[in-house]
Amino acid sequence: MKHLNLKSLTLGAVLSLGMAAPTLAAECIAPANPGGGWDFTCRSIGKIMFDIGAVDAPIQVTNMAGGGGGLAYGLVVNDRSDDAELIVAASSATATRLAQNAYAGMTYDQVRFLGAIGVDAGIIAVATDSPFQNLNELLDAVIADPSSVTFAGGSAVGGFDHLKVLMALKRQGLEDIRTVKYIGVDGGGDAVTQAIGGFVQAITGDISEVVGFIKSGDVRVLAVLTEDRLPGEFGNIPTAREQGIDVVAGNWRGLYVPKGISDDEYARWSNALQAVADSDEWAAAMEANGLTAFNFVGDDFQIYVSNLMGEIADLSREIGVIE
Amino acid sequence: METMTLLGQGFSVALTPTNLMLAVAGCILGTIIGALPGLGPSNGVAILIPLAFSLGLDATAALVLMTSVYYGAMYGGRISSILLNIPGDEPALMTTLDGYPMAKAGRAADALVISGVASFVGALLATFGLILMAPILASIAYKFGPAEYFALYLLAFSTLGGLTGNNQAKAVLAACIGLAIATIGGNSSGTPRLSFDSLYLYDGVNFLVAIVGLFAVTEVFVFIESSGKNTAIGVKIDKITIPVRDIIRTFGTMLRGTVIGFIAGILPGAGASLGSFLAYSGEKAYAKDKSQFGKGDVRGVAAPEAGNNAAAGGALVPMLTLGVPGSGTTAVLLALLMTLNITPGPTLFSDRPEVVWGLIAALLISNVVLLILNVPMVKIFVKILMVPPWVLLPGVTMVSFVGIYSISSSWFDLLLMIGFGTLGFFLRKLDIPTVPIILGILLGGHMEDALQRAMVISGGEWQYLFSSKIAIGLWIAAVVGFVAPMFLRKFLKQPDAVPD
Repeated sequence: MKHLNLKSLTLGAVLSLGMAAPTLAAECIAPANPGGGWDFTCRSIGKIMFDIGAVDAPIQVTNMAGGGGGLAYGLVVNDRSDDAELIVAASSATATRLAQNAYAGMTYDQVRFLGAIGVDAGIIAVATDSPFQNLNELLDAVIADPSSVTFAGGSAVGGFDHLKVLMALKRQGLEDIRTVKYIGVDGGGDAVTQAIGGFVQAITGDISEVVGFIKSGDVRVLAVLTEDRLPGEFGNIPTAREQGIDVVAGNWRGLYVPKGISDDEYARWSNALQAVADSDEWAAAMEANGLTAFNFVGDDFQIYVSNLMGEIADLSREIGVIE
Repeated sequence: METMTLLGQGFSVALTPTNLMLAVAGCILGTIIGALPGLGPSNGVAILIPLAFSLGLDATAALVLMTSVYYGAMYGGRISSILLNIPGDEPALMTTLDGYPMAKAGRAADALVISGVASFVGALLATFGLILMAPILASIAYKFGPAEYFALYLLAFSTLGGLTGNNQAKAVLAACIGLAIATIGGNSSGTPRLSFDSLYLYDGVNFLVAIVGLFAVTEVFVFIESSGKNTAIGVKIDKITIPVRDIIRTFGTMLRGTVIGFIAGILPGAGASLGSFLAYSGEKAYAKDKSQFGKGDVRGVAAPEAGNNAAAGGALVPMLTLGVPGSGTTAVLLALLMTLNITPGPTLFSDRPEVVWGLIAALLISNVVLLILNVPMVKIFVKILMVPPWVLLPGVTMVSFVGIYSISSSWFDLLLMIGFGTLGFFLRKLDIPTVPIILGILLGGHMEDALQRAMVISGGEWQYLFSSKIAIGLWIAAVVGFVAPMFLRKFLKQPDAVPD
């Protein structure tokens, strides 16, 4: 009895050590609970960086949920603005929240965006029994009667899944985008079940969220929101561009670093990130998670983020999410 | 027959020495994680994911480890509920209501054994449900839209009043406090509310912070104030015997709890907490003699434990077949699956049978391991909680702080936790139950989201809330659940408790 008791205590001790092991290695902050896209970014990019020798020590991942990523952003801006051993996961959601001023007044130029090396392609889809066969039919039906179609997506109202639909509808000629009906549910899988159940008429999300349902034949993807068609098994899905609607919107997986680090340190991180982007390991990780290549590292990426934020801010103002 | 063949193959995968060892290790770790207040199944599984990768485990082995931790935590949560009146994790909340009074009356061992058996029955039957009916059950999720979910949460709240204590008004007051707290933060309409421009409140109040504050921290305060006299800490436990008569008597209770919990588990978003809650209130509504509920009724221990373990199994159904996580823990497991290059969805059962059936076999094995750990060997875990108060209390405090800090690495949550502890201390003085507060926080946000979605879809037409047979049925149940106790109480008023 005594022996077993000691054993379980030891296990407990190992466990608590595992949670708070202090280390001198670089740190990657995932500004959300384990399990989401940001957590994936830190864990896989961090692991590959070490595996291919781009960094000397394994990168420690810290989960810091709160404020939709704002807590971590505040920490980087206020407390660790010159910490060269810190990278933070970012995505389209980060840019959206920054553009909507949802990080308590902090702005995108208070950190340095490092790059994004993969994208989860945006999609607009319907349940298989839906009458809509292509993106134009769906968008025209919304324009004719906005109350006839409800979109469901994994982000809240005003989030990136919502904005993707609005971008498409605006290109198609809808004047008043506030009339579009959108509900935010708990992720893409939930959006699909609501569509199959007939509660909503269309799904907006990322391709990785609906892969299982495409294979089972429950969902028909009307368009991928990428520049070119996806490689591999989803190559038969047309892009929105092919259908005459010029929208490219995906959920990119990237990183930012503190503003106050030197240009040399910035270059060191961007080289490490580029090395990951070029590795076979990353190609495999992208394929496993439904991502496609998207290679924007360094200063180009800063410009990309800034342009994206401009469009998001305009749309958000129109639907009244910001003033 | 095909099922049996597949299950046989599953066992041949799961029964390798490595996997078996991982299952046992996972069960032990999970039970400890569950028993420690502040550490629940979702952080337990999340903490161990890096371990699974650094050990280089293959898909099946990693799943075996993680699901045994998950199930272990679901079993373990009840231990501190019963012995300390502090729920080890949120689904074990309901077990405090009757488990702790039983312990106070000297029946801690009985409570642990009965709840252990109930956990086993719930988890085992839920696993069989998963085996036999997963693809069919998945289609239940298609029947639940915003209107149906709203009615479901309404049903939960309608039965709250009769839940705890003798004073219904106080329970309702507590539920309202919980609902008020649930309104803090960004809702699904995208605009933050009552967050006072603070990033810390932007996502609302994490219910774990509230649970650990209202239970663990409050207990520490009460202990300090009464110099250790008026506190839950230090319940004696005697020899573990099997209360056969009670187990036979509560077998029906366990079955009913299992069914309710399993259904709640299948519905994405409802999850184990709702499962154990509805199992408890359902059992109380069903029971003829309700006088002992809240005072140490064995049924009040058996029902929620069968319910929450069945819900844990049920939650795997939408996760595997739809890729929709029904709870925080399944969300983490889902991420693990994706990382292992397994895409959950309607085709998972045909695409990757070895993974699914290996997982199911692992669930069955870990259930047996957990029954052994949690009934004949439960004393080992009890020992951890049975150290003298001067060791235990600092330990509880430390684990609470570490557990809460690990959520967001922020001091704010720690202050909030202490704030909840203080609130809980005064509520204890006023004899206001804290369980309804937690339920308000847990379910209030979901209920509001459902209503908001229903209103968007219908363009503001309230009739939409009654637009399906399921919704109408749930509304009727909610109204009956709310009104019936008022009339029944008049008829059933019993001045003296009926001895058992």
